[in-house]
Amino acid sequence: MLKTTIATVLGGLLASGAAMADNYDEGATDDEIKFGVIVPLSGPASAYGSVGHCFEGYFNAVNDKGGINGRKINVLVQDDGYNPAKTLEQARRLVEREGVLFLAGDLGTPTNSAIHRYMNQREVPQLFITTGASKWDDPENYPWTMPYLPSYAAEARIYAKHINEAIPDAKIGILYQNDDFGRDYKDAFIDQLEDKGMVVSEVSYDVTGATIDSQMSTLKDSGATVFFNIASPKFAAQAIRRAGEIGWDTTQFLVSVSNAKSAVLDPAGLENAEGIISTQYLKAPSDPAYANDPDVKAWHEFKANYFEKGSEGNWWDWACYSSAFTLEHVLNEAGDNLTRENIMAIAANLDGFEAPMLLPGISVNTSADDFSPIEAMSLMKFEDGNWTLFGDVIAVD
Amino acid sequence: MTTGLNEPANRVHEMPDFRPSARFWARLGYGAAAILFLAATGTLQGYELFLASSILSYAIAAMGLNVLMGYNGQISLGHGAFFAIGAYSAAICIDQFGMSFAFTPIVAGIVGMAAGWIIGKPALRLEGVYLALATFGLAIATPTILRSDLFAQWTGGVQGLFLLINPAPKWTGLDLDQSIYLTVVVYFLAFAYVTLRLVRGLNGYAWLATRDNPIAARAMGFDVTKAKTRAFVYSVLACSVGGALQAVAVQFVAPDSFPFFLSISLFTAVVVGGLCSPLLGPILGSAFIVLVPNVTEEVWQGGSWAVYGAVVILVMAIQPKGLAGMFDWLKFKVAGQSGS
Repeated sequence: MLKTTIATVLGGLLASGAAMADNYDEGATDDEIKFGVIVPLSGPASAYGSVGHCFEGYFNAVNDKGGINGRKINVLVQDDGYNPAKTLEQARRLVEREGVLFLAGDLGTPTNSAIHRYMNQREVPQLFITTGASKWDDPENYPWTMPYLPSYAAEARIYAKHINEAIPDAKIGILYQNDDFGRDYKDAFIDQLEDKGMVVSEVSYDVTGATIDSQMSTLKDSGATVFFNIASPKFAAQAIRRAGEIGWDTTQFLVSVSNAKSAVLDPAGLENAEGIISTQYLKAPSDPAYANDPDVKAWHEFKANYFEKGSEGNWWDWACYSSAFTLEHVLNEAGDNLTRENIMAIAANLDGFEAPMLLPGISVNTSADDFSPIEAMSLMKFEDGNWTLFGDVIAVD
Repeated sequence: MTTGLNEPANRVHEMPDFRPSARFWARLGYGAAAILFLAATGTLQGYELFLASSILSYAIAAMGLNVLMGYNGQISLGHGAFFAIGAYSAAICIDQFGMSFAFTPIVAGIVGMAAGWIIGKPALRLEGVYLALATFGLAIATPTILRSDLFAQWTGGVQGLFLLINPAPKWTGLDLDQSIYLTVVVYFLAFAYVTLRLVRGLNGYAWLATRDNPIAARAMGFDVTKAKTRAFVYSVLACSVGGALQAVAVQFVAPDSFPFFLSISLFTAVVVGGLCSPLLGPILGSAFIVLVPNVTEEVWQGGSWAVYGAVVILVMAIQPKGLAGMFDWLKFKVAGQSGS
C-alpha cells in the first residue's frame, strides 16, 4: 500500500514536471496527439456512426501527409449505442484510462448531455460536437464544451421570420418529432412568430412509430395552409409523400437535417417535393451546382480514399468533414503548446475561418463569449428537381 | 466462492447439520467476498470504481430477476421498465427534494414495488410467454412515457434530469466515486443476504415447487398465486433499487437511457450468468453485459453486436447453466473430489 502511494506520488510529480517542461497535457507527446470520438456505431441511431469514421479517416489522411507539427494523430472511436449511460462510461474510459487530450465530434444531444458536466468538471475539452441543440453555447457555465453545427433554434427562427414577412396570414400545421430535436425547433419557431395564433395544429410522432399517416390527416383536417415538417429523414420523406397522396396543398417548410435530395426528396417523390422551403449552410455534394466546386471535389476525393462509409445523402457526412478540418486547424495553431486550456483558447478565437463545405459568405467565428461557430444560413426552395438558394445569407444567433 | 449449495438437490443445509465444516467454509467464503467488495473502495480508482458500481447495480437487478426467472420459472422481457422507474424515482428525489443520494434507492424500491404490485396483479394471471409479452409491452412503452409532456415537470421530459450528487463528508476521506461505490456495495450486500435467505428458506421451496409442478405445489398447501406474486414483487424491488443506483452512478437520466434493449440486457445477464445461481450468476452476468461489449468493440468495430451475439450463443452452447455453471464445473474439476 505504502509502496503504491509513493509510486503514485512520484509518478504524479514526474508527470507534472514533464508537462511543465513541454506544455503538454495528458494525451499529447512529442510524437502523438490522442483524442476520442463517441458516436452510435450500434443501435437505432447507428446511421450517424459514420461521423466517427469520418474523423478517423480525416486524420488518417493527415497522418499520411506527415501529421500535425510532426505529431501523428491517434483517433479513438467508441460506440455508445446512443445510450447516455454508455456515453458516460465511454467518456470516462477515454479520459481516465486511455488518457485522451480531448473529445471531438461526439454525436447526439442526450448523449452529450450525459457527459456535459463530467467533461467540464474534469476540464477536458468536448469540442465541435455534432449536435444542434441550443444549450451548448454556454461558455460562462460550460467553458469546455463547444458545438459545431448551427443550432436548431436559430434555424427555426429563420423560418418564422420568413413567414412573418412573406405569409402573414398563414395558418400553420406543425409535425414534430417527440424528442429534444423536435421540440428545440418547434419552441423556437413558435417563439419567433409575431402572431402565435397562426399555429392551428401541432402533432407529434415517436421515432419508434411505424408511420405518420394519421398525424398527416389530423394536420390536413385542421385547415392549415402552411406545413412545418420537423421530422428526421425517414419520417420527413413519409410526410411529404403523404401530403401529396391526400392532396394537402400547402407551403411546406422542411428542417435542414432532412433536406437531402437523395435520402428524403427522392423517396418522397420529387413531384410532391416541388416548392418546399428549407435552409442550408453546407454545400451538398450531390447538388450539380457544386459539381466543380473545389471543396466538393476535395470531399469526393476524401470519401473515395479515406471515408468509404460516407454517403452523399447524409448531411452529417459533409458536416463532419468541415468540423474535422477546423479541428486540424486548431491543433495546427496550438503548435507545441498542447494543453487543454490552449486548445480551448484557440477554438474560441476563430475569426472568419474559412472551413470547407460552408456556403459562400458563411465562415467560422468564435470568441471567448460566443461558442457558436456557424451562425449564418441561407433559405432555399426546391424547384424543378433541385434546391435553389434565394435571398441573402441570414445571420442568426 | 460458493460451494455449490445453490443446486436445488444440495439445498439440505437448513436441516440439522451433519457436515458443519461445509457450512463453516461457505460462511467464511461469503465473509471474505464481502470484505473484498468493501476493500475495493480503497484499491480501485475513478473509472474502475464507476465500472464496478455499474456492474453491481446491474447485479442487484439481475439477482431479483434471477429469482423470478430461475427459481419461479416466469419469463419477463420488461424489467428494464422497473429499472427505469427506480432510476427516475431516485433522480426526482434528488432533483426535487434534494435528498441525499444514499437513501434514494429506498424510495425507489418503495415506488417500484408499488408499481410492480399494480402491474403484477393483472399480469400474473398470465403465464409463460403471455407474461413475457405483457412485460415486453411495458418495456416498449417506457421511453415514450418518460418523454411525454404529462410528467415532464418531474421527469425533465426529453431533456432528462441531471443529478447533483455530493460526496460523503470530508472527514471520511472518500471522493465522489468512492462514496457512490461504497453505497452501491452496501445495497448489494444487503440484497445478496436477503436473496440467499429467501431462496434457501420456505419461500425458495414454494417458488421451486410452483415452477416445477404448480398442481402438486397447491396440493401440498403452497399458495401458488402468492408465491408467484412474491417472486414478481421481489424482482421488481431489486430492479428499481438497481436502477436507482445506476442513475446515481451516471448522475444523469434521460428516456434514451432506458431503451427496450435494456430489458434484453438484464435478461441476458440472468441467463448467461446462470439461472438458479443466486449470487455468482448475477455478478458474472452483469460483468458480462457491461464488459463484453467493450471487448467485442475492439474485436470488430461496427459489428460488435454480432460478436456479442456469437459469444452469448457460445456460452449457452457450452454450458446451459451459464457462467456460474462453468465456474462450478471448474471448481469440481479442481477441488470437487476432495469434498470441500
